[in-house]
Amino acid sequence: MKPESLLFAKTHEWVAVAEEGGQKIATVGLSKFAVEALTDLVFIELPKVGRQVAVGESFCEVESVKAVSDVYAPVAGEVIAANDKLADKLELLSNDPYGEGWVARIKITDETGLKSLMDHAAYQKQCAEESH
Amino acid sequence: MRNTRDTKLLFELSEAGRRAHRLPACDVPERTAKELLPASSLAAAPPALPELSEPQVVRHFANLSQLNMSVDTHFYPLGSCTMKYNPKRNERAARMPGIADVHPYQPESTLQGMLQLLYEMQEYLQEISGLPACSLQPAAGAHGELTALWVAAAYFRDRSEKRTKVLVPDSAHGTNPASASMAGFQTVTVKTLASGAVDMDDFRRLLDDEIAVFMITNPNTVGVFEPNMKAIADAVHARGGLVYLDGANMNAILGIARPGDFGADMQHYNPHKTFSGPHGGGGPGAGPICVAEKLAPYLPTPVVVKVKSLEPRVKSQKDGSTASPALDSPLLTLDYDRPKSIGRVRAFFGNVGVLVRAYCYIRTHGPDGLKRVSENAVLNANYLLSKVKHFLPVPQGDRCMHEFVATAGKLKSEKGVSAMDIAKRLLDYGFHAPTVYFPLSVKESIMIEPTETESKEMLDAFAETLFRVIGEDAELLHEAPHSTAISRPDDVRAARQPMLTYSSKE
Repeated sequence: MKPESLLFAKTHEWVAVAEEGGQKIATVGLSKFAVEALTDLVFIELPKVGRQVAVGESFCEVESVKAVSDVYAPVAGEVIAANDKLADKLELLSNDPYGEGWVARIKITDETGLKSLMDHAAYQKQCAEESH
Repeated sequence: MRNTRDTKLLFELSEAGRRAHRLPACDVPERTAKELLPASSLAAAPPALPELSEPQVVRHFANLSQLNMSVDTHFYPLGSCTMKYNPKRNERAARMPGIADVHPYQPESTLQGMLQLLYEMQEYLQEISGLPACSLQPAAGAHGELTALWVAAAYFRDRSEKRTKVLVPDSAHGTNPASASMAGFQTVTVKTLASGAVDMDDFRRLLDDEIAVFMITNPNTVGVFEPNMKAIADAVHARGGLVYLDGANMNAILGIARPGDFGADMQHYNPHKTFSGPHGGGGPGAGPICVAEKLAPYLPTPVVVKVKSLEPRVKSQKDGSTASPALDSPLLTLDYDRPKSIGRVRAFFGNVGVLVRAYCYIRTHGPDGLKRVSENAVLNANYLLSKVKHFLPVPQGDRCMHEFVATAGKLKSEKGVSAMDIAKRLLDYGFHAPTVYFPLSVKESIMIEPTETESKEMLDAFAETLFRVIGEDAELLHEAPHSTAISRPDDVRAARQPMLTYSSKE
């Protein structure tokens, strides 16, 4: 996926929303900026399929050589899939954060969270501010 | 000169049949293990042990020890760790036979000296914290946190109050949320501002009647004394909650500010930081706690108390020994009659050897000396800050307590040089690296704590070296250190594919 087509949360998660059978499904991952800031990743604890998440709720953890960081749900809903491939191939997160490195898919139950997400340009601006 | 021969693995140095001893001929009939033990108790093969002479073993370990850095060999400005010099007299005191050789099962009448030391230690710690009750039992700072949270839980249970949450600022040591979780509480994270202070808006938003404890480190990890400490404590108390002071940074405020006076209801000490206990090595450590009067009944059992006579206890001793009470001084005993206590958290009186060193340190300095310890720790940190800020920005400002956090963020984005590169390169110049990448609230953070035991000359030399390192070629820094036995271990592989056993390379 091209990052320009994605929405971003303040906390550095990206979201791609698609309609599937009348349901809005969000694919969620970590931005390239976030993955680079985390440095060398060693472990990911993926969310359980079936879990209900609220906007801003920590639903996944990534561990780097520096620290453990929370991944926050950018939308509210039910986790319908987690990217099991990451467990063994964590480098997918760094090599292809917007594609094969996706983290989870969430069936959106409440769309209010989508409104506070920003587009790529706004997110780029936030990153530029954070990195100096 | 580095000796690479004798620092090989002992297994690699091993030669079949080599021995460090020679035993005389056996003067009793020899019998094999097979004759004496059932088959189920016998190993299939003898254990694989290296076979070496004594000098080989001594050289091996003596050379390994020289590959390391320590406060005894190098300046060690590892922020958050208070790597001050530990006076050797502490070690001598802890090794005195009257202290090292006593046994906790001796009759109390013969332990009066040790009990007096522990009793006085309780009193000193209470005085320094401004909190009137103490337990010396916890085996480490984090254990002290856990113990204090158990005490808090027992207090609320006793009052039939259901409180489930513990508030922790995001700049706290990782042990705070871990202790809260182990004590059965849910951790709620409070944001901090760029200045390092608690975000009061976020704090007020999160404070409710379910908050049991607010855990705060003050001065905090960026070396700032919390500007709203009193307001925070008052707000927590107004809601019926308790304030916990993480005593990691007590080195900045000894004899100057008492946690009990600025609103803490409980605190732990890290004697290895503040009172020159031994650092590292995985322990043993000590993490004594002090608490407010209302929490005293819940402290671990036993505590050392003064009594008029040991009679009732002596009578019950089977060996019939009797106390020889000194007429003019009160006697000391261990008080087990504490029905509300959370019970024991550690065998006997805790790790007494560490407490003896801390006791010796406190007695050596006295009240005025301890105050000067903190004054000089703060002065040294501010002096270094005033030098470092010109080439590595310090976001918190121009003043600090015992430590400060500089950032290599600009250096990283402009030159590609990271905090890690700088830290590694400092080793080449004979300085232990400062703490890097903690706290996470500051990008490319370099956390420097010089402590009070360093001279102005040393601080000048460190600042000059740091300045020089920053001006060096980026490639040289990426590959540093160049002078150590091992340069950069593969952190990722070590975490993902750890090798937990070692053996000789075939």
